[in-house]
Amino acid sequence: MNAFQIVVLGSDFLFALLLAAMAVGIVFAFRREHLRRTWRKVFAGRTAMVALVLLLVYLLVSVLDSLHYRPALDAQPGVNEMRRQYATEVFSLLDLALTRLRDSTEKSYSAPFAAYLYEKQMITEPDGSLRRDYPRLTHGAAHLADPNAERAGDIGLRALQGVVTGGLVWLALFLPFALIAGRKRGETLKQSCRAILRGETVLAWDAFAWALLLVCILVAVLAFLSGGYHVFGTDAIGNDVLYRTLKSMRTALLFGTLSTLVVLPLGIGLGLAAGYFGGWIDDLIQYLYTVISSIPYVLLIAAAALMMQLVIEQHSEIFNTVASRSDARLVSLCLIIGAISWTSLCRLLRAETLKLREQDYVQAARCFGVPSLRIMTRHILPNAFHIVLINLVLDFSALVLAEAVLSYVGVGVDPATQSFGVMINGARGELAREPVIWWSLTAAFIFMLALVLSANLFADAVREAFDPRARTLPRRRLLRSAAR
Amino acid sequence: MIAYLLRRLMWAIPTLIGVNLLVFTLFFIVNSPDDMARAQLGSKRVTQEAIERWKADRGYDKPLFWNSRAQGLARVSDTIFVQKSARMFLLDFGKSDVGRDINRELSQRMWPSLALALPVFVLGLFAAIVFALVLVFFRATWLDFTGVVLCVVLMSISALFYILAGQYLFARTWNLVPISGFLPGVDAWRFLVLPILIGLVSGLGANVRWYRALFLEEIEKDYVRTARAKGLSEAAVLFRHVLKNGMIPILTGAVVLIPSLFLGSLLSESFFGIPGLGSFTIDAILQQDFAVVRAMVFIGALLYILGLMLTDVSYTLVDPRVRLQ
Repeated sequence: MNAFQIVVLGSDFLFALLLAAMAVGIVFAFRREHLRRTWRKVFAGRTAMVALVLLLVYLLVSVLDSLHYRPALDAQPGVNEMRRQYATEVFSLLDLALTRLRDSTEKSYSAPFAAYLYEKQMITEPDGSLRRDYPRLTHGAAHLADPNAERAGDIGLRALQGVVTGGLVWLALFLPFALIAGRKRGETLKQSCRAILRGETVLAWDAFAWALLLVCILVAVLAFLSGGYHVFGTDAIGNDVLYRTLKSMRTALLFGTLSTLVVLPLGIGLGLAAGYFGGWIDDLIQYLYTVISSIPYVLLIAAAALMMQLVIEQHSEIFNTVASRSDARLVSLCLIIGAISWTSLCRLLRAETLKLREQDYVQAARCFGVPSLRIMTRHILPNAFHIVLINLVLDFSALVLAEAVLSYVGVGVDPATQSFGVMINGARGELAREPVIWWSLTAAFIFMLALVLSANLFADAVREAFDPRARTLPRRRLLRSAAR
Repeated sequence: MIAYLLRRLMWAIPTLIGVNLLVFTLFFIVNSPDDMARAQLGSKRVTQEAIERWKADRGYDKPLFWNSRAQGLARVSDTIFVQKSARMFLLDFGKSDVGRDINRELSQRMWPSLALALPVFVLGLFAAIVFALVLVFFRATWLDFTGVVLCVVLMSISALFYILAGQYLFARTWNLVPISGFLPGVDAWRFLVLPILIGLVSGLGANVRWYRALFLEEIEKDYVRTARAKGLSEAAVLFRHVLKNGMIPILTGAVVLIPSLFLGSLLSESFFGIPGLGSFTIDAILQQDFAVVRAMVFIGALLYILGLMLTDVSYTLVDPRVRLQ
């Protein structure tokens, strides 16, 4: 094993912080019966479970992509082992797993599964003469002697291998799970498998299992195919588009979540304070959020991001590598968005706190002389926390979409960062070419839609389970009134 | 009513002062005019004289708050804060950093923006209400279910995809409309059809879902039951009673947006080459023209606050139970 140096970028640290907070939240919710019951309602829905599987896949890829290191350069003979040099480029574990994909670059564009380049180039024949034709790709379908004849069969074979492998991996994941779940209920493995797959469990484990099967097969098929082809083609400088899409997942996820780190303290702190204390504190906080929210969202982000960009550019001594600079831009953008979008959460929490403040249990706590801070954290916040949760999950998909727009506007992530926005941005010129280059846009579209759609569906399930108002409108009643 | 509006107007002033201060902080405190000059002039090895010249040309060479070299009132007024920031209260936005008169640009570019944004707004509102009512009429059937799923899918697609796909299909492949550009006058419609259509589709999903939820809440109410009990048909109940009452939150939610229509749409305008305020803003951002961005942020806030006031007024108009004190 080569030596390496662990690198923790700013965004890695914040992401880890966020994941830790999430883990604490999950343990917290798991220990409380009333929260567990509400979450059970979320996971009893099939759509929510499928969405969860997809979100977990994105999360896994992002986590792998957030563990960065710098590989050691080959030691020069005679140089002291202690003064080992490290590469200036920063890699992640995902890069390590996708080394083949990352290194298999072509000269320029090539279509999905293509064996030849998109453009004609001068080719030197073995006898020294020059010929103008589509050259063979260096990696895509390079293992085939006659691509036109063999390609379809080869793709089919690889896909089949992928399906079988994916199925086996799924079995390896599913059977232990079914065994453990069955043992709890005193069932045999067969009974437990049947119960899960038929959807007889309380939670929608059947949807989870089927979605997992689908994901396993898809991943395995993609893995097998990309062993010999560029499944989504290559981009202008010959990078594999699939690799770029996978790298974009982390950016999208970070973009959707990192602002939470600013929104939560500001939104909760100020919202509770405004509602609980009232008076001039309330006036001040209301004034603050009125000012911020009266500026159009995109314009304010653009203005602030423009200024942050300037700061990063001026301080090139701190952000001295490409990775740290683009990381700084990503983090600062997330923080800016957080600093702007706490207002809606604050307003909602203020209104809820105004209601809760008059409740008997809060009055009682006040009579006992419980300090204000303690009342807010112990009595008000837990009863208003569903608002926070709903707000966060609803914001996520909007933020992922905003990333693409901001990139287009010119205040998004650094062009050196892989992101869906950067990919879509590049597609604008590609669509104008003849024959049209559709694959980058398609890949970004599919992976972005999958993320945003599952986030939206999951958010709906969470809102339905947690929002007390949604409970006053039960499905049953609707169905009955329709069946009249 | 008049007194109430005047009081609201008075309330808007502190908010606008806050916006102004925020913009000032962002543009002049976070970065000094020197930084801006360096960013504009491009390279890092730019000479100090060039920076000074750039600042002097645009009036950024003055002190921020207090001009100790000036006399009398000019000590306060001959500063960046008053000249560049406070002046915006008089709707005087000065010159952009590349030397164009912002006010003139605003008055010219407002109309193309409006020509695109107004139809999108009106037609979008209409289409969303119609679709939402249809979904509510067929509630809890497969049609409703499919409709809601479709809405979620529509919502989950980035507006950029709609624009790129629309441009590719309608303009490039089928040659139905020009890809981009703009003509003044009546001829503009050929350039506007596609952006309007795309604007409609990209906003539809979220709105239909939201309105459907509003209408569903409405049909649970007692007066609806009464209407059904006296034998009205479901269509009559929906269109005569539910629609009217359901329109209150919809209209008041939409009224906020009306003044902001002048700002236009950032994406569509720049993709379709429509010379409105949206593309003006994007160009300014891309060229790092700080004066324009500053002005647009201020105008945006101004229009939004105006929208809030209109909302209050519209409440009294559509709902007689509301009285403004």
